[in-house]
Amino acid sequence: MSLRNYLDKIKPNFDEGGKLHAFRSLYEGFESFLYVPNTTSRNGVNIHDSFDSKRMMIMVVIALCPAMLFGMYNVGYQNYAMAGLLEQATFWNRFWFGFLAVLPRLIVSYVVGLAIEFTVAQWKHEEIQEGYLVSGFIIPLIVPATCPLWILAVAVAFSVIFAKEIFGGTGMNFLNVALITRAFIFFAYPTVISGDTVWVVDHTICGLGADIDAISAATPLGAAATGISSGFSIMDEFLGFIPGSVGETSVIAIALGALLLLYTGIASWKTMLSVFAGGIIMALVFNAWGPEGNAVAAMPWYEHLCVGGFCFGAVFMATDPVTSARTECGKWIYGFLIGAMAILIRVMNPGFPEGMMLAILLMNCFAPLIDYCVVQKNVNRRAKRTAK
Amino acid sequence: MAETIRLRKGLDIKLLGTPAKDLAVMGLSETYALCPDDFTGVTPKPVVKEQQTVKAGEALFIDKNHPQVKFTSPVSGVVESVNRGARRKVLSIVVKPDAEQKYVEFGTKSVQSLSGEEVKNALLESGLFAFFRQRPYDVIANPEDSPRGIFVSSFDSKPLAPDFEFVLKGNELDFQTGLSAIAKIAPTTLGISASQTDPTLTQAKNVDLYAFKGAHPAGNVGVQINRIRPVNKGEVVWTIDPEAVIFIGRLFNRGVADMTRVIAVAGEEVVNPQYMKVILGARLSSVLDGRLNRNEHIRIINGNVLTGVKATKEDYLGAFANMVTVIPEGDDVNELLGWIAPRFNHFSVSRSFFSWLSPAKKQYSIDARIKGGERHMIMSGEYDRVFPMDIYPEYLIKAIITGNIDKMEAYGIYEVAPEDFALCEFVDSSKLELQRIVREGLNNLRAEMA
Repeated sequence: MSLRNYLDKIKPNFDEGGKLHAFRSLYEGFESFLYVPNTTSRNGVNIHDSFDSKRMMIMVVIALCPAMLFGMYNVGYQNYAMAGLLEQATFWNRFWFGFLAVLPRLIVSYVVGLAIEFTVAQWKHEEIQEGYLVSGFIIPLIVPATCPLWILAVAVAFSVIFAKEIFGGTGMNFLNVALITRAFIFFAYPTVISGDTVWVVDHTICGLGADIDAISAATPLGAAATGISSGFSIMDEFLGFIPGSVGETSVIAIALGALLLLYTGIASWKTMLSVFAGGIIMALVFNAWGPEGNAVAAMPWYEHLCVGGFCFGAVFMATDPVTSARTECGKWIYGFLIGAMAILIRVMNPGFPEGMMLAILLMNCFAPLIDYCVVQKNVNRRAKRTAK
Repeated sequence: MAETIRLRKGLDIKLLGTPAKDLAVMGLSETYALCPDDFTGVTPKPVVKEQQTVKAGEALFIDKNHPQVKFTSPVSGVVESVNRGARRKVLSIVVKPDAEQKYVEFGTKSVQSLSGEEVKNALLESGLFAFFRQRPYDVIANPEDSPRGIFVSSFDSKPLAPDFEFVLKGNELDFQTGLSAIAKIAPTTLGISASQTDPTLTQAKNVDLYAFKGAHPAGNVGVQINRIRPVNKGEVVWTIDPEAVIFIGRLFNRGVADMTRVIAVAGEEVVNPQYMKVILGARLSSVLDGRLNRNEHIRIINGNVLTGVKATKEDYLGAFANMVTVIPEGDDVNELLGWIAPRFNHFSVSRSFFSWLSPAKKQYSIDARIKGGERHMIMSGEYDRVFPMDIYPEYLIKAIITGNIDKMEAYGIYEVAPEDFALCEFVDSSKLELQRIVREGLNNLRAEMA
């Protein structure tokens, strides 16, 4: 237990008046990261469930790992495929190339976001809230692997401050922090996150990969929106061997994460299921009555689910407990509308092929209203009882 | 036959240290005390001086706002001290018992011939009225109210709680008399457990009978009221513990306020968890001495693990406590990397712990650690799963935190007591102190409405 002793020894430095007091939140963060805090309850219940927000956030990060690992592999795969060198590249060539391409984005995301979190925690004399552990892991997964680091840093800073901290931190934000990061890039720097040149890394990294002169690789959805065929089979789209944001391409990898989230009960199966239901129904509606000559409207429902980050959004973003509807009945409505809205945006507005992001952000705004209506039914029932 | 109500939501927490069904009769404790804080919402005014002799059933203090509500000594003896804290708040009135107990004689009465008013007066005089609590606000009842009904739950579903059928043995007659007596005051409802078979309960007379099936909090009287007929704004219902109903029965059958009760002494740190016959207000050392596994790093709880109060051996058995629990404190445990370790032996409602692998009947060791930091409400639906009332607990809590009285009313604050939120507080991953929040909300509302 020498580590414990060491922590106890240096602790006074971080207390009020200690010479390292400015880093108190950092110390506490690491101490509670290493050891379960052994403070005991002062009032109220004398025993507590072992489940806490740290455990919850870590479970989500674990669930994201398959998508992250596959995403790294796919970044390498796309580069080699575009250069026509797929045959020569080994599995590990592809993976390490992608790893090196994605890692700086992961680091920037965490460093910028956590620095803000730690500063705010120190300033407000609060404990560090671990919500950003998940947001920081999701952000590199929902941007292209070519996204410039400075733009990512600006976007992360913007979203952590303006989408979360000004509302009071994790649990008080009404918009999904990771999606606001993406939306910020999407509207402020549209050229780095849309079009057909950003989805594949075009240069070598540490001797891995290949230099490519002229890239033209649209996402399947982007291609469909402009009326051309992307040439990817549904199997490619399902397995994830398509250009796109790092972690959103593989249905299989996302499904592994979904299994963990559903099994541990951290993500709501109601939200998840109803997003898919909404998406499928809306796709079928457009298949039957969609506008003539619109390739996205004619896209079969199963393809809709495989492309454009639909699964990633449904599993990891729509189910964010803070920004989604909080009532059980509200979750059905909230999820269904996300799915339906995502397909609607894709079909009706070719400028925004990635309808999932906008649909979730839109429904984030409406989630409180949905809950209000659900809770109001209970309130009315109670009022009626009194009136009798 | 009683109507059976099945509750789907809830959680039974299986702790080590279930009390064995044998009864130890305890001699007189060194001292006894009444602590006014046990009687929520009362402003105490002591009516005895130190060194004064009192009989069992003689008032120690009264409620300043309702002087007719007396709080009487459980034993006869000499008042040893009236302890006061900050701003002269009365903390406890300690009585040193006589070797031979003397009771105030209230005279035996036949309940059948009494009116509701006469029953109420008899209870006020003997100090047993103080065991009535009221909804809204979960405070000691106001004798000037005429309640819509009185609710009694004959089973306690909290962890390690005593089995009331065992407590009832030998007191059957008194229990029925008590029920008949309070039924004179207002229509009385008895909520029994579907698994209880004692005919005193299943065939109780003069009461409406409902049976409840399901996990904790099925035994909470608040949940039962909510299922049978919820409390509306402007209505008052009273609740009383089944043990106090026995006291009331004794008052009419034997003419004395005899507050002898059977409690459970349970928990992992108790050597032989069992039942004990004690007089209310006994010093905890008299209950626990020689029964503990160790003397350090333990938590003694006056009551059960969910709603009980942290105590020491020098404290006194609470007026409403039907058990004393001793669990490990856990302040000497340093668990490495708890956020990722599998933690097979941890009890959790979350399947992110691998304890779901072990058989369902397993009993767990749970210490008093909070095991996490306080956060804003993050997870949704956590409370709902263990809150079987027609109320949205999250929204009610938020209304209380923001001090919005209109919303509190609309979301049903009149129907709840802090104890109804105990399970929510247990499962809460954000580690909010929900019972404290609800208590403060009720106090504010009561002050506002006064």
